[in-house]
Formats: sequence, C-alpha cells, structure tokens
Amino acid sequence: MKISATVNGTVHDSEVEPRTLLVHYVREVLGLTGTNIGCDTSSCGACSLHLNGEAVKSCTILAVQADGQSITTIEGLANGSEMHPMQKAFMENHGLQCGYCTPGMVMAATSLLKENPHPTEDEVRIGLEGNLCRCTGYHNIVKSVLAAAEGASK
Amino acid sequence: MIPAAFDYVRAGTAAEAISLIGQHGDDAKFLAGGHSLLPLMKLRLASPSVLVDIGRIADLSYIRDAGDHIAIGALTRHMDVETSGVLKEHAPLLAFAAGHVGDPQVRHRGTIGGSIAHADPASDLPATTLALGATYVVQGPNGTREIAAADFYQGFLESALAPDEMLTEIRVPKMQGAGWGFQKFNRRAQDWAIVGVAAWRKNGSSGVALVNMGSTPILATSVSAALAQGASVSDAAQLAAEQAEPQNDLNASPEYRVHLAKVLVRRALEEASK
Repeated sequence: MKISATVNGTVHDSEVEPRTLLVHYVREVLGLTGTNIGCDTSSCGACSLHLNGEAVKSCTILAVQADGQSITTIEGLANGSEMHPMQKAFMENHGLQCGYCTPGMVMAATSLLKENPHPTEDEVRIGLEGNLCRCTGYHNIVKSVLAAAEGASK
Repeated sequence: MIPAAFDYVRAGTAAEAISLIGQHGDDAKFLAGGHSLLPLMKLRLASPSVLVDIGRIADLSYIRDAGDHIAIGALTRHMDVETSGVLKEHAPLLAFAAGHVGDPQVRHRGTIGGSIAHADPASDLPATTLALGATYVVQGPNGTREIAAADFYQGFLESALAPDEMLTEIRVPKMQGAGWGFQKFNRRAQDWAIVGVAAWRKNGSSGVALVNMGSTPILATSVSAALAQGASVSDAAQLAAEQAEPQNDLNASPEYRVHLAKVLVRRALEEASK
C-alpha cells in the first residue's frame, strides 16, 4: 500500500505492506535507526517517537495508520548541529548510561514538557512511566528532564 | 514481532465501517487505536484477514454534556478522557481511571471504545464504566441499539457486540457529587492491574466493580447490598469477592487476588466515603 508521511519535516512516499509496523518503517524503509526496538510489546518505550507532536510507541502502530501524518524521530529533534535543549540536558546531567533507552526517553520527555511545561519531580517520574531504563539510571534521567524544563523557563 | 498478513481498508464514517465489516465477514476486525488488537496480532494470537481502520472517523471523538449523562464518542482517546473538564466535573472517577490506563504513549493512541469493545477483564475502563452504570450505544446494519454495561460482558474478550456491530458511544450517568475511589495494584508502572477496583458511593447507593477478578469485569453487588443495609466499609469490603471467580496466573493465585480485592475495595470505599 502507498503511504505518504512527513518525517522530520520531509515528505516521504513509500510502498509498505499493511502489516509493516511504524518502527520498521522509520528504521528499515527510511533508514532512521535512532529509534530503537526494545521489548517490542509496547512496554519499554525505547521505540517512542512523535506522531503529530505526541509521544507514541511505534512498535504498536501500523505504518499505514501514520499515512498522511507528521512524524518526528530522534534524528529530527536537533536544529542542524545545535542539539535540542532536552538532548543537551541529558548530556549535561549524565542522563544516560548505555544509551539504549535514551532516544525513547528524550522523545517521551519532550512530549511530556509540551503537555506540562513545569512538572514536579513526581510528575516527571509518572510522566515517564512508559519508558524503562535497563541500566536503572532513572535518577539522572529525571534530573535531566527537570533541568530542561528549568532551562526552558529561563 | 510482525503480524500475519492482512488487507487494510480505511473507513470515513461509521456507516461505511459497518458496511465494510459486513462485506469482509467474520475474519475482519475494526482497528481503532490498535493498542489492544495490535499486540495480540503481533503475538499471532489474533490473525484477522482484514482490518477496517475506524481511527479517522473524526465525528466519533467527543465528550458532551447530555443532561443526565455524559456522552463519549467511542473513538475518544484515553488522554482526552483523562483531561476532559466535563468529565472531571461530572464523572471524575472515569477521568481518573483513564489517567491510569497504560502510560502516556498508550493513552495518546488507545480509545475508550476500543478498550470496552475488546472486553478484557484486566482493563480499567470496562470495570469503571460498569461501576458507573454506563450504557453503550452500538450501531449495526439495521440501526443502533443500547446495551447496559451490566449486560455487555459475556466472557473472556467476549461481548454482546455482533460481528457486524460497532460501539459508537458510551453514556455515563452524571455522578451528582458522589464520592469515589479507584485502586489499581500492579507490579510495574504501566502494567495491567493484578486487581483493580472502581467504586462510587452516595447516601445508600453505591457501585463497585472489580478489574481482573474473573473472565469479565465483575460488579461486586454483595458489597453494595451490605452498604445499603448500613454495613461499615470494612465489613462490606469483606464481601468483595463474592461475585468473583479469580484466575491463577504468573502474577497471583486466586487466594491472593481475593485478599487484594478485599483490601482494595476497602481502600476505594474509604476514599469514596471522605
């Protein structure tokens, strides 16, 4: 089936099978491998990306459902060589260890701040409940998100 | 994991969706947010030959004050139920419960109608709407009919929906200031409840429903009957599992589930009695 989606600002026309998952579409059809596949059962959040500006788990969406929609992956977050404030906050606060969950964490966190620009620490923890860090590095992840929120309000 | 191959068609209206499902027969399934169906298809526990995508029927996503009840379009997403001012005012138990479905990513996609039509006893919203005495409106080739939530759930993942019928609206009576409580016990943040409880209480009336305490969501009628006769919350909560038939699984034995149900019903009713 033919689909057309705006991914990171560029329109892509592709031919996909109806059963192609959105995460396979961005990774294998478009070659955007920044989005990771973790559990593949909509638990871990590693595959989180933005569909029409909201974080979703791309392992549980069909590419055909994203036809005509707007997608942002981790590759589309930076402004050229200028990192997104959330990416910068993760770097400065050591918000990653092995890095596997990081793209999903960053996409979930940017979506969270869009809905709640000034979250409390508890709200960040609850807001990231759909993302698992296998290094259990939650402390600095939460710190990073709070720092990004703080930076944005300056 | 990749689902078995299927054909995909997209419906623009409810009437078109019902016509498409009729054309494609028993092997066709409606696809809304996909957060119940796609995981089953990826595990190949479901392999429909056709998916009729109803996710873009925009006029089935709404929350309206309809006088004595709130009307919710079946395609309203959990996130929109959770944040709705109308529901926070008139059915706060439902808004709160919707905020505990899955996680934010799931709530951005999953729909209230999909959750109810899937009829999973472990899901939060079937039991919550059952506790609230909701009515479901379904549309088929011969028009619409209403089904009381109490008559809707017929077995594990089985509902009163005919194969060519589509759930279009959920009608939730206004809570009229009733106290309420919602309890969900799970091991990981975004998991299904091992046991959950949705409860409301006003004067002698109450509604208490259990999540994951049988093959369907369960209305704990013995608890409500005891409360109506003046029993204390802790005495009534002892009757939590009278209507339940809890199952054994990796998370919990039936005995442990019965224990949890009593504790969680007590806590939910204590919240509802504040």
